Amino acid sequence: MSATVRALLRKELLLELRTLESVPGMSLFAVTTFVVFHFALNRNSVEGDLAAGILWVTLLFAAILGVNRLFVADADQGGFDGFLIAPVDRSAMFFAKALTLLAYLVVLELVAVPAFALLLLGPPLGPALPGLIVTLALGDLGVAVIGTLVAALAVRTRARDLLGPLLALPLLVPIVIGGARASSPALVLSHPAAPAGRWLLTLGLYDLVFGLIAFALFDFLLED
Amino acid sequence: MPALQVEGLSRHYGEREALSEVSLSLQEGQTLVVFGPNGAGKTTLLRVLATLLRPHAGEVRVFDRSLPEEAWAVRGRVGLLGHEPLLYRELSAWENLRYHARLHRVADERVSELLDAVAMSARAGEPLRTLSRGMVQRVAVARAVLHDPQLLLLDEPHSNLDPAAIELVAPLIGAPAARTRVICSHDPTGGLAEADVVLGLRAGKPTLLRAATDVAPAEIAELYR
Repeated sequence: MSATVRALLRKELLLELRTLESVPGMSLFAVTTFVVFHFALNRNSVEGDLAAGILWVTLLFAAILGVNRLFVADADQGGFDGFLIAPVDRSAMFFAKALTLLAYLVVLELVAVPAFALLLLGPPLGPALPGLIVTLALGDLGVAVIGTLVAALAVRTRARDLLGPLLALPLLVPIVIGGARASSPALVLSHPAAPAGRWLLTLGLYDLVFGLIAFALFDFLLED
Repeated sequence: MPALQVEGLSRHYGEREALSEVSLSLQEGQTLVVFGPNGAGKTTLLRVLATLLRPHAGEVRVFDRSLPEEAWAVRGRVGLLGHEPLLYRELSAWENLRYHARLHRVADERVSELLDAVAMSARAGEPLRTLSRGMVQRVAVARAVLHDPQLLLLDEPHSNLDPAAIELVAPLIGAPAARTRVICSHDPTGGLAEADVVLGLRAGKPTLLRAATDVAPAEIAELYR
């Protein structure tokens, strides 16, 4: 299956490099949202719970843009049929799409986190970074898995642009809560601490449960 | 052993019946040509045989494998050339074919060989969206035969192709290819010339199933009235 996943992943990344339909839009959305927060809150800096909340909510909505586009080329250009008539394990598409979304999220955060530090974050980013990276990685994994599952479900409907976010947001809220609570201690101005272990564990368990659910369901979503 | 054996196949979309009680049998190496007006169920029949749609009633066996239970054993032995080229517009012909070659575990040399065969080597690096429809159709032909399938499912395969291109792709998807073929066509003369067996469909129901030698072009024309 790994050769199929590699072929699919390569195709996905090539398509994104050619069209630039997802990652630039996601990144621009995140940066713009931070600018809006900067002026709407009328504050030069935020810290702690507020900082973590702003960061995670912004990343969530930016991720939804990528989720919505994840299967569009396959649905519109016959990519599903081309894949389904090939003698390959259908789970390969799940892994490839989840890895694609994960790659999009990493690039998004490479842009969004420094922008957040520049525009809004009070405490210096440096000391918080190792803990933040761990928290973001766990959050990204969950968003990638759930986003792939939801996108596959929504893309074959006529109201896919509406249905995708409607299905994804309730399922992704626990990740935002877990991510924000876990990263909040690292973003306080005085005495920053490591991410809260309890919330990291919650995130990890949530990823695992949805990973198994998505793996079990994905083949059925591709069926007629 | 027949390549295709279909008994009482029915398929519906919601309330609408797209195929109703279709039965046929086709030996290996033979060509079945399906005629019928738009919406007669031709494409649905091809999609069922390609394992993309599940039959709702009846029995479908392809190379003695039952669908949909043994669809996994049929995929890879079937090549589909439909209305859509099943290619990504932003990728080049080479990138598209190499992607499909990976899915079918076919070597890159086969991709080059087929690009030569459909005279697309010179423009193999250009995104498909920059090519004419006829050129895209030639690449789609290459995609359909990339894995050397035993059964070809062809939905109006010559659409968008000029006479020279039709000649070009004949060794791949025409009679000289010597594959078992199911072809959907609206061309009574050309279709009959290719056919061993003729199936006529009207509103999903079979109205004609006979050896091509026993069918007159006027009977095909009658299907469209």
